[in-house]
Amino acid sequence: MTRFSPSPCGGLRIALSNVEVMLRWSGALWLETERTLVVADLHFEKGSSYAARFGQMLPPYDTRETLDRLDREIALLSPERLIFLGDSFHDGAGEARLAADDYRRLEGLALGRELVWAVGNHDADGPKALPGDVIDEAALMGLTLRHEPQPGVQLGEVAGHLHPAAKVSSGRATVRRRCFVTDGQRLVLPAFGAFTGGLNILDEAFSNLFGGPMLAGALGPKRVHAVGMKSLRPD
Amino acid sequence: MRRILNETEGEHVIAVSMSAETSLPPRFQQWFADRGWSPRAHQLAMLEKARQGRGALLIAPTGGGKTLAGFLPSLIDLTERPPRNTPAGVHTLYISPLKALAVDVERNLLTPIREMGLPIVAESRTGDTGESRKARQRVRPPDILLTTPEQLALFCAWEGAREYFADLSCVIIDEAHAIWPSKRGDLLALGLARLQQFAPRMRRVGLSATVDDPDLVRRWLGWNSPPPCGEGAGGGGVSTAASEKTPPSPTPSPQGGRGSNIDLVLGSGGAQPVVEVLISGGQVPWAGHTAEHAMAEVYEIIKASKTALVFVNTRFQAEFAFQRLWELNEDDLPIALHHGSLSAEQRRKVEAAMARGALRAVVCTSTLDMGIDWGDVDLVIQLAAPKGASRMVQRIGRANHRLDEPSRALFVPASRFEMLECRAAADAILENHLDGDPPRIGTLDTLAQHIMGCACSEPFAMTALYEEVRSAGPYAELTWEDFETVVDFVSTGGYALRTYDKFRRIVKNADGLWTARNAQARQQHRMNVGAIISPGMINIRIGGGRRPSRLGGAPTHSGAQSAAKPASTFADRARGGRKIGEAEEGYFEQLTPGDTFVFAGQVWRYNSLVGADAFVTPAPNDDPKMPSWGGSKFPLSTYLASRVRQMMHDEAEWTALPGDVQEWLAWQKIRSAIPGEGEMLLETFPRGKRHHLVCYPFDGRLAHTTLAMLLTRRLDRLDVGPLGFVCNDYALNIWSLRPMDGLDLDALFAQDMLGDDLEAWLDESFMMKRAFKHCALIAGLIERRHPGAEKSGRQVTFSTDLIYDVLRKHQPDHLMLRCARHDAATGMLDIARLGDMLSRVKGKIRHMALDRVSPFAVPIMLEIGRERAPGDAAGEAILAEAEEDLIAEAMS
Repeated sequence: MTRFSPSPCGGLRIALSNVEVMLRWSGALWLETERTLVVADLHFEKGSSYAARFGQMLPPYDTRETLDRLDREIALLSPERLIFLGDSFHDGAGEARLAADDYRRLEGLALGRELVWAVGNHDADGPKALPGDVIDEAALMGLTLRHEPQPGVQLGEVAGHLHPAAKVSSGRATVRRRCFVTDGQRLVLPAFGAFTGGLNILDEAFSNLFGGPMLAGALGPKRVHAVGMKSLRPD
Repeated sequence: MRRILNETEGEHVIAVSMSAETSLPPRFQQWFADRGWSPRAHQLAMLEKARQGRGALLIAPTGGGKTLAGFLPSLIDLTERPPRNTPAGVHTLYISPLKALAVDVERNLLTPIREMGLPIVAESRTGDTGESRKARQRVRPPDILLTTPEQLALFCAWEGAREYFADLSCVIIDEAHAIWPSKRGDLLALGLARLQQFAPRMRRVGLSATVDDPDLVRRWLGWNSPPPCGEGAGGGGVSTAASEKTPPSPTPSPQGGRGSNIDLVLGSGGAQPVVEVLISGGQVPWAGHTAEHAMAEVYEIIKASKTALVFVNTRFQAEFAFQRLWELNEDDLPIALHHGSLSAEQRRKVEAAMARGALRAVVCTSTLDMGIDWGDVDLVIQLAAPKGASRMVQRIGRANHRLDEPSRALFVPASRFEMLECRAAADAILENHLDGDPPRIGTLDTLAQHIMGCACSEPFAMTALYEEVRSAGPYAELTWEDFETVVDFVSTGGYALRTYDKFRRIVKNADGLWTARNAQARQQHRMNVGAIISPGMINIRIGGGRRPSRLGGAPTHSGAQSAAKPASTFADRARGGRKIGEAEEGYFEQLTPGDTFVFAGQVWRYNSLVGADAFVTPAPNDDPKMPSWGGSKFPLSTYLASRVRQMMHDEAEWTALPGDVQEWLAWQKIRSAIPGEGEMLLETFPRGKRHHLVCYPFDGRLAHTTLAMLLTRRLDRLDVGPLGFVCNDYALNIWSLRPMDGLDLDALFAQDMLGDDLEAWLDESFMMKRAFKHCALIAGLIERRHPGAEKSGRQVTFSTDLIYDVLRKHQPDHLMLRCARHDAATGMLDIARLGDMLSRVKGKIRHMALDRVSPFAVPIMLEIGRERAPGDAAGEAILAEAEEDLIAEAMS
């Protein structure tokens, strides 16, 4: 059973392999002792990738929307380290498609703090021109931070990649929200990007990862709601 | 040929003058004579219009030989045309709103062609037509091509469309009244404007059932300026890039001339329909939508008729009525079911059985409002109020396709207010007062789709296309600025952040003409053409019961007798994944695996949802839980609403009503008040721990729901503590923590609620998201289909909401948000009607502060908690108990 307690900031404090971490309602992970903010699956320039590949003109504002969300967290927490947990760009050419002011904002994120790009399957090479360190995975406070969760027991693994979402019904109403999901041993972060969808955590992609009962941290407008297995519904 | 031809020679056929008679070529005269017929006056009038080269709108009741009247000039022209050396193109294009109707008319048209031995090829082409036939039609066009608006949009996007239609002489739009006031109508009007460019001498012919204002249909069907000379214009290459900077001189559309190039031809009126309202022996229920109380009477009436069409307003009512009728069906009458969610195969079976005369009754929704002729229907039954006189006239026309015998129709009101409404509708039909529609303003998302289509077909010049678009009735008032905005949207997405200039979908070539970027852009457009956006549809399939029934216990195999009768209508109960139909995705969002529901006349258990497939197994012994027990999906027409208000305050009219309804009105007068002419009654009263505000605008559920949303926001600000609301077609009911007796009602209902309150609420509302999705799909911002893969509705739902949120925040004035706001305001919220209502009741609110519920308020009180379905025994018991309490309270 995962230990958790709500925090006054609307977040959810959980013990992950005996390390205290904070799940934020923005979908970010806050490691306070290291003053490190972790966000997964930003998928910058996903909108413009449709225009480039299919000529489909989705609004090109997803990058700035994602940056706006990130700025709010940075203003609140003043992190000394910012870790992008892979799939930061939707495709390898995304960095080149950035609007000039979005590019400058991304550069600015590296000012006064350490900026770390873990690579993902969508951006296997990491950014080419933007500042920051490009890594495969990071070890921090006894936790392992990487993009794609690895099979088998992985104590203290923090990953993204799967875009978890929880569907919850009560009576006639049903809500579907992006969520964190954990069994106390490993943690999967929700996708942070503005144009990212979600995979229901009752999908077998999740049951294959988690040994114990899952706890979902569903994202609400101002807080993270702890949701147990019994309340979850398939799509 | 029943649809096309007059079978009898009755007194309603106007005598035909000798000269008109002889205007028919001998072969045709002989054909009429061989059958003992003579041409009708309006058929000859259409011939005369054709000889003068005039367009025409023929308005005639069903059964008047309307379709033949439309085709006769083309048949004669084709027969008389001199032989030519080069193969001819399409001569006549026939467009119907229904695929099935195009196929049906093809069949009917082949009879006279065969019997007269005419050298004419007539073929249909719909989404269901095989690829080889389509390919052949492209190489060797038939003389007469029968198709749908969507296919025309595809034609317009062909490379070579101009040559293909160069010989086009006539376009016939069937059931024009059903197409014109919609986005399909916009798209079709744009398609007609395009065809007129290809074939400047093309005539436009509309066929329509009775409409309130034929001039609106004429204006839609006609063109606004003399069609420019198409000869050698080749995409209107005269205009250059330079001319784009200066908008064309603002030639105001010739108001007086609009629609004047379409002459009106009226068919002789048929016999007056006989319309009755079922009185139901003093048993008219207080509330509800199903007319369950009258089923035994309806069954007896079906038994006494040859063939009856039983119309209902929603699919759920159809399933319900079908189920109930079969429970009563001791005589094993062949009664069938027909609605839009049944699989095409099942619908075709029912249609075929009907055409054979093998059925005694069909329970159906608007899917059978028009179209295919069905033999000997002698009675139309409308279960629950029809909501509009025009729709009802159309439905009544389904009975008895012989002009000189009256059609018979029976209204079965489902509640007391509906009793008033049905009476009003019956009177309106007798007096031939139909519901009016406002003139149509063409939508910009549809225009975007059309512009992309044009660019796929051939390069266009901005100014020439602008003039062409404005020649289409609904776009006569289109400004150059809006046109430019739409072209920019098609090209780059129309974003203030010019990210996509390098990915343009349409590009300007060296001549200054716009053309589709490449073959991929063309292919994607063609895969996504069309203006009917249905909600994401889920296939309902048998099987896949992986998840155990939530109800537990052993599955029931035996004793299927109770539901076996409906099942036997669709006897094919194959195993394993067979598709039994489809439903909107929202339908299954309300079900939990293990729940049971009625579909296609049977009870099913919902097992699981996998991708776009819902898996179900038969559950013959279960009581169905039927969600979404909604009322009508049609709003009450403005005209009928005012008539109901009139009927209510005029006590002399009450005598036409059954005793229990009269008594109800009388009690209302004693307990509360009957609103006077022009007044709106508003009642406040406590009940339990809540305080209620009930008002009776009679403006339809849509307008009431919007009003309730906005009032609730205001009441919240007034600190009354509103808790909830419920609406029906007649009234709305808001309940709150604190009393509402002392409120300033004129301020509460002040018209300025349609300003900031509306904007604030709208932006967050689910309806805007849905409207946005529809517009984005039509305009090609998002695509349902990519080459090679179909994006399922579920994925689209999710991502369009995200797209909406981001776009609203970063570019709130974007074209797609403008379109969505417009659609939400008109289609989903009925803002215009609410505006009219607010100005109508200004200073005329009659407030009655009561100490308990009034007789009028009972129905709307009963709507609370009605969402749960009948059949759920416990829920029903609770409801019945609540109902008795309420009635006792109101009448004591």
